[in-house]
Amino acid sequence: MSENLIKPENLVYKKTNVLTDKVMHYCPGCGHGTAHRMLAEVIDELGIQEQTIGVAPVGCSVLAYYYFDVDMQEAAHGRATAVATGIKRVFPEKYVFTYQGDGDLAAIGTAETIHACNRGENILIVFINNGIYGMTGGQMAPTTLPGMKSSTSPRGRDVATMGNPLKITEIIATLPGSYYVTRQSVHTPGNARKAKRALKKAMEYQKENKGTCLVEIVSNCPSGWKMTPVESNKWMEENMFPFYPLGDIKVPQ
Amino acid sequence: MAKRGVVVIDIEKCKGCEVCLAACPNQVLAMSQEVNTKGYHYSVKINSNCVGCASCAVVCPDAVITVYREK
Repeated sequence: MSENLIKPENLVYKKTNVLTDKVMHYCPGCGHGTAHRMLAEVIDELGIQEQTIGVAPVGCSVLAYYYFDVDMQEAAHGRATAVATGIKRVFPEKYVFTYQGDGDLAAIGTAETIHACNRGENILIVFINNGIYGMTGGQMAPTTLPGMKSSTSPRGRDVATMGNPLKITEIIATLPGSYYVTRQSVHTPGNARKAKRALKKAMEYQKENKGTCLVEIVSNCPSGWKMTPVESNKWMEENMFPFYPLGDIKVPQ
Repeated sequence: MAKRGVVVIDIEKCKGCEVCLAACPNQVLAMSQEVNTKGYHYSVKINSNCVGCASCAVVCPDAVITVYREK
């Protein structure tokens, strides 16, 4: 019987202890949970749980401090990179990361994000891009695709009146202070493992004081997009990835 | 023959998103007829084809799956 296999020596995968046992408030199928876990596994594998300080944003992931069993600080909306700058400068030996969504990082926090990257602050920015303001009810975000419906663009985003989507990751890659900029996703096992490798690399670069690392994770928002989780992952592959192609955007020379 | 594996699902934490069903290469998982105390149909093992690849556990947003594989 396969139940005989349930023994500690046969264990191949279990939830990392860097995540707390609290049930996440995220909607079913939301990529936030997987992204949290990939980052937590990296912290676990590098053995830096006691040396890591995270900065939580405003948005769906505002309660991230309940889920990561590391020191966390909440920042005002969009200001996570500014807060992280302060923390890193006071504790240069700590590993500091911010975890931000697209509304937080690419709208209200554009100035803070760009200037932190331009200064080359030694922090890791984890940027979750789902093209929508999830927490407040699916409003149009800077990253909403052309023609994409949201609660404030019910006929689809019209770029003539609402502007074009902002590819902030590409903008950050052009700044001299950014060291490693990549775009990943976590919707399939392969992509999630790749995203984890990218996060691990970024943490290792932080140890070497290389500069700002930004890992964008293109994610889904089943509730905001009004789809089932599996449909939303498919929609993301068909629509988000052509506009936000996965892969490294800036790699160390 | 591939090594045998087994998944253990924390049904009370499962939110029934079905992402694990799509990730499983051997169709080991299905959704339950019953619901958990939160009212979600949860993921259940329906056969013994599991090879312990942990694909389901890696994509589970709520980290409810633990995977074992024979040595």
